[in-house]
Amino acid sequence: MYKYDEYDQAIVDARVEEFRDQVNRRISGEMTEDQFKPLRLMNGLYLQLHAYMLRVAIPYGTLSGRQMHMLAHIARKYDKDYGHFTTRQNIQYNWIKLSDAPDILTELATVEMHAIQTSGNCIRNISSDQYAGAAADEIEDPRPYAELLRQWSTFHPEFSYLPRKFKIAVIAAEEDRAAMKLHDIGLQIVRNDAGETGFRVYVGGGMGRTPMIAPVIRDFLPKADFLSYMEACLRVYNRYGRRDNMYKARIKILVHEIGRDEYARQVEEEFLHTKTLGLDAPEAEFARIAALFASPAFETGLTDEIDRGDPDFAVWVDQQTVAHKAPGYAIVNISLKPTVGIPGDASSAQIDLMADLATEYSFDEMRVTHAQNIVLPHVKKADLYAVWQKLDAAGLATPNLDLIGDIIACPGLDYCALANARSIPLAQKIAARFADLGAQRDLGELKLKISGCINACGHHHAGHIGILGVDRKGEENYQLSFGGSAAEDTSLAKIVGPGFSEDGVVDAIETAVSVYKSLRSDGERFIDTYRRVGEAPFKKAIYE
Amino acid sequence: MSDLIRFRDDAAHDEPAVTLDAFAGQSNATAVRLEPTDDPRALIPHLGRLSLVEVAFAKFRDGRGYSIGSILREAGYTGELRAAGDVLVDQIPPMRRCGFDSFAADAPVNRATLGKLLSLYDDVYQKTVDGRAPVWAKRRG
Amino acid sequence: MKIVTGNDLLSGDVTWWTGKGWSRYVADAVDAGADAEHIAHVEEAALRVNGPIVIDATMSDAGPIPTHIKDRIRAAGPTVRADLAIRPDFQIEKA
Repeated sequence: MYKYDEYDQAIVDARVEEFRDQVNRRISGEMTEDQFKPLRLMNGLYLQLHAYMLRVAIPYGTLSGRQMHMLAHIARKYDKDYGHFTTRQNIQYNWIKLSDAPDILTELATVEMHAIQTSGNCIRNISSDQYAGAAADEIEDPRPYAELLRQWSTFHPEFSYLPRKFKIAVIAAEEDRAAMKLHDIGLQIVRNDAGETGFRVYVGGGMGRTPMIAPVIRDFLPKADFLSYMEACLRVYNRYGRRDNMYKARIKILVHEIGRDEYARQVEEEFLHTKTLGLDAPEAEFARIAALFASPAFETGLTDEIDRGDPDFAVWVDQQTVAHKAPGYAIVNISLKPTVGIPGDASSAQIDLMADLATEYSFDEMRVTHAQNIVLPHVKKADLYAVWQKLDAAGLATPNLDLIGDIIACPGLDYCALANARSIPLAQKIAARFADLGAQRDLGELKLKISGCINACGHHHAGHIGILGVDRKGEENYQLSFGGSAAEDTSLAKIVGPGFSEDGVVDAIETAVSVYKSLRSDGERFIDTYRRVGEAPFKKAIYE
Repeated sequence: MSDLIRFRDDAAHDEPAVTLDAFAGQSNATAVRLEPTDDPRALIPHLGRLSLVEVAFAKFRDGRGYSIGSILREAGYTGELRAAGDVLVDQIPPMRRCGFDSFAADAPVNRATLGKLLSLYDDVYQKTVDGRAPVWAKRRG
Repeated sequence: MKIVTGNDLLSGDVTWWTGKGWSRYVADAVDAGADAEHIAHVEEAALRVNGPIVIDATMSDAGPIPTHIKDRIRAAGPTVRADLAIRPDFQIEKA
């Protein structure tokens, strides 16, 4: 994974000093909250329901054991002993004091971490595939490009005051594990007919108030032009994105309003100009970065045998492990969705444990997924049993990956000042209703996502079952929708009918699941059956 | 009364800046004021006779001026490029990197803070119009 | 009744106007009446509170209960972490 050189370190250290000065000027009253807010947001610091919330960046979801230990330390020393992993592969702390924020950033900088641009109207954390460098289906590791983008976007002076936030995802496989088409810019590494690798560029996806799937604006972008082209995309947005209405300010609205062809034309025109400016890093710089992402020294001659004698272990292997490109290895998924608990939360002790497992069993590397889970990318099959035992002892071995119990839920009204309704208690009720893991496995892949408000941080538009919490005359109410997908078969969920109370929506989900079971053909997932039979049978059963 | 900060050796240009529309009809104007919605490329044929381009920042959060400044410098403009309006000390460093070399701020700017902020970063990640070498250029050698 | 609430600038703690200063506990909140907006303005300018707002509440035996559920959660703490309750005796009542 990437390692800072002296330049990267100096830049982060300077930023800490800058932010410390900005905080001091806020505390002294030299700056108003209105002036301070964009600055603190650009350092990931929100003012939430109960305290300040700090969102620490985990670039493209990759971190080392040492970095994970620091995250546990921050939770213990400055927060209430836990953190929350997010749908953009970052971590959030909910109980931060403004007066501690500069010290927290100082400590993070000692392990090459920061909270730069995790909020604000700027380019956010670049997200990527959690199986990068481990999955067999990728053309190449997408993360060197994500790292190039990270550096290019960090403190980019022209793009620090965009109309709205800007999210970019990079993947390198046909299977989309990063919700790529639901980003402002999605980049898919592809091979052209000449066998060269480059990018298929998608612009204008997003969720929120007006969800949209990004159209392709360029079928093939050569690597050599990568950053020049991104400059053009961002410059057109910065100049022409709407600034009159914050709910219409994302690039998806611009692309939709002027049309994909016109946006692409404007980008190509600007690109003819930006190409001449020498903005792209040379091949040598890319090679330097890519070398840091070279495969670890996988052992050879390893066994592919797994002793499935322990039935609980066998269940966990089947559900949580995924094929690795190297023989004798497996990708391990760690569930942060216990049957009783809070989706995506981990205690400092659990974070420390996962850090130790990464160091001992996974070449000191781990990943955060946009489904709020953790991945150990390179585990020897021979080590799986030991890993599972340790996870199990720490409450991290729930075998529910992509099952109905693997709920994505934003923090919701329990934590978030933007929310209209709580999402966590609803997630807990659903998890309890479907607690039986055998029954969950029988239902199969069922991605259930809950957002506590229209900002859609829970990605409910992309849920096979999606739930949106709303405020209906001062009461929490829940809209149920079906048929969304964040994978390569990207689709947006459709609301099924009038909303429900918290208990009501749990019942409605149980009804929907029964309908699915009664109608499904062999091998059909919930979403497949819904797409085949349509909403009518579900609507009928739920509302009659 | 605005607070004027300049990073130029020449004397401040004292001719008032006209709007872009007015500039089109005035062959002898040497100073123009651009709003965030104006297209700076309309000035490209006239850059040689311009001594001052002022870019309005009505609200510091409106980032269009940063693109306007960058585009003008990329086009070869070497005259004074001024950010005017809601210009706050923390935005002056990125404005400098986008080519602005003078600042007419509505509210007084603390010079000590500005000096500190401008000297904080030895290095930058991007190649921008202020001519600083990006980190990747330094890494090569 | 109208009560004034905000966050402490330095700590981020939720705070409530008591008539004399700011308290962590909604039970100490007073009816600020017609002065509420003015108080919020003065206190914010003096940096004694960050982002104050005036909200509705009804009086109960246990003290003021904010009308909107968001403010009741601010008063109580996250409903899913009983161990992090601001004051165990403040119950967020589900309407």
